Amino acid sequence: MAKGKDKGFQMAAHGFFICILICILIPFMILFSSSITQEEALVRQGYGILPTKVDFTAYKLLLVDSTSILRGYGISVIVTVTGTAVNLLLTVLYAYPLSRKDLPGREFFSFFLFFTMLFHGGIVSSYIMWTQTFHIKNTLWALIVPNLLMQGFYVIMARTYFTANIPTALIDASRIDGAGEVKILAQIVLPMSLPILTALGLMVGLSYWNDWLNGIYYVNEDKYYSIQVLLNRMLLNTETMKKAAKSGLAGGRVPSVSMKMAVAVLGALPVLVIYPFLQKYFVKGITVGAVKG
Amino acid sequence: MKNAKKLLRYLPLYFMLMPGCIYLVINHYIPMGGIVLAFKKYNFKKGIFGSDNVGFHNFKFLFQTKDAITITRNTLLYNLVFIVVGTVIAVFVAILLDELTGKFLKKLYQTAILFPYIISIVIISYLAYAFLNTETGFLNMALLKPLGKAPVSWYSTPKYWPVILTVVYIWKSFGYHCILYYSALVGVDREYYEAASIDGAGRWKRIWYITLPNLKSTVIILTLLAVSKIFYSDFGLFYQVPLNQGALIDVTNTIDTYVYRGLMQLNNVGMSAAAGLYQSLVGFVLVLSANVIVKRYDPDSALF
Repeated sequence: MAKGKDKGFQMAAHGFFICILICILIPFMILFSSSITQEEALVRQGYGILPTKVDFTAYKLLLVDSTSILRGYGISVIVTVTGTAVNLLLTVLYAYPLSRKDLPGREFFSFFLFFTMLFHGGIVSSYIMWTQTFHIKNTLWALIVPNLLMQGFYVIMARTYFTANIPTALIDASRIDGAGEVKILAQIVLPMSLPILTALGLMVGLSYWNDWLNGIYYVNEDKYYSIQVLLNRMLLNTETMKKAAKSGLAGGRVPSVSMKMAVAVLGALPVLVIYPFLQKYFVKGITVGAVKG
Repeated sequence: MKNAKKLLRYLPLYFMLMPGCIYLVINHYIPMGGIVLAFKKYNFKKGIFGSDNVGFHNFKFLFQTKDAITITRNTLLYNLVFIVVGTVIAVFVAILLDELTGKFLKKLYQTAILFPYIISIVIISYLAYAFLNTETGFLNMALLKPLGKAPVSWYSTPKYWPVILTVVYIWKSFGYHCILYYSALVGVDREYYEAASIDGAGRWKRIWYITLPNLKSTVIILTLLAVSKIFYSDFGLFYQVPLNQGALIDVTNTIDTYVYRGLMQLNNVGMSAAAGLYQSLVGFVLVLSANVIVKRYDPDSALF
């Protein structure tokens, strides 16, 4: 192999990836720099990659003078923790029996799950059911229960993992020793399944943290806004606020140009901080389950 | 007697299945019954099943409007472009990543390209806004202004949006697909490459004869799965990223945004339900067909 040629290729390839990294990084840099730039400077120069006149007014207004961001974080944390815990419980409880080849009626329960992944009744009837029958509009339930509490795709991932990694002989042996099904699941199967539980927990947690669809359908009172729903409303509404300000109303006092960037930074921050540490579990979760999407 | 005893032994397992079954019934099966809404004139007081039947009136109405064509066209065309452009870029980057030496940097690149995928679409709509806002956006102020060009009012000019939405989609998701293709390549035995090198095959020959054939099945399966979802769109990408701007509706309205607006903003339940059922039925047929093809090609990857 011509070594010199390979070196040239490697340099070019690294150069290409560095360009990709820059493309990924620049939007975040603009977001962050603009959020710590003085409002007047932003209005004059626009959003830039580097901060010009450093100024933390936007953050002060959002975190000190207002409680909505902190409350949004609080709602998001409660929803994510509760939702993920219940989701994992439901997923494991459904996946484990499905992984037991000896269970009579296993095909029925498999199909019962599969069919929900193939055919959807549509959001309109779900919406009417959740709001008219269960009355979840403007409650915390609205952010936790619809759609996200158990996802067929993750159940299949867990089942596949159990089937492949828990030897049937081990289960049979424990049963002969007198262990009940619940004990087998809790003391033998689950401890052997930590990798899949971590990967699933992360992905479910992320889908709760990032969710805003339940929010825009089922929540319209400020006090139930999760951080994502809050961000969604802020971007769509300050547009209207700005229009109102232009038509002569007193709107100049709110530094909305820098505040918009600051709320987005605050919204992205938790995932940004956690991601590097958990990155390998994400990759595992994605590669284990993706083909069966 | 023996049968009863056998079932009794499995009783705890059936109990375990129950919470999930109840959730599936509530969240999925009851709304499936609610598709009758598409054939009714929904009356809040009478409820779903008590409302008056109107037969195919909602569908007739939906397909008589320009909307039906627009939302079908947008949903299909965007998905097609996403599938083609997305696959080409992801495969290209995955191959390049596979050819790289240097373990640390490889890991760093993987970590970085996956990051946009896990960021919520709401945050991404802010990133897009930082670029596209007319008065202070990066494109107008930092790129067009120094070049002496007039600022563009991005959020009210439809012709740019097919490109903008494709760029945003690719930016967000190419890393995800790339990691999938890359992980298919990690499994390939390195001895093939060494043998090919000894026989005098250059880099391009090795990529052409070893790497690409090894990606073929992953490409086919992921593409088929994407095709089976071609009637669905990422609601956030088409609603939140264009900031729900009315001026852009012709190029940003998909079936999902249409259903949302009909239900939540225009209070047109019947039409919304009709569009939803249209999506569900075509989606169902597409999933079944895709599965038949996947099954023929690679039974292990078939959904059922």
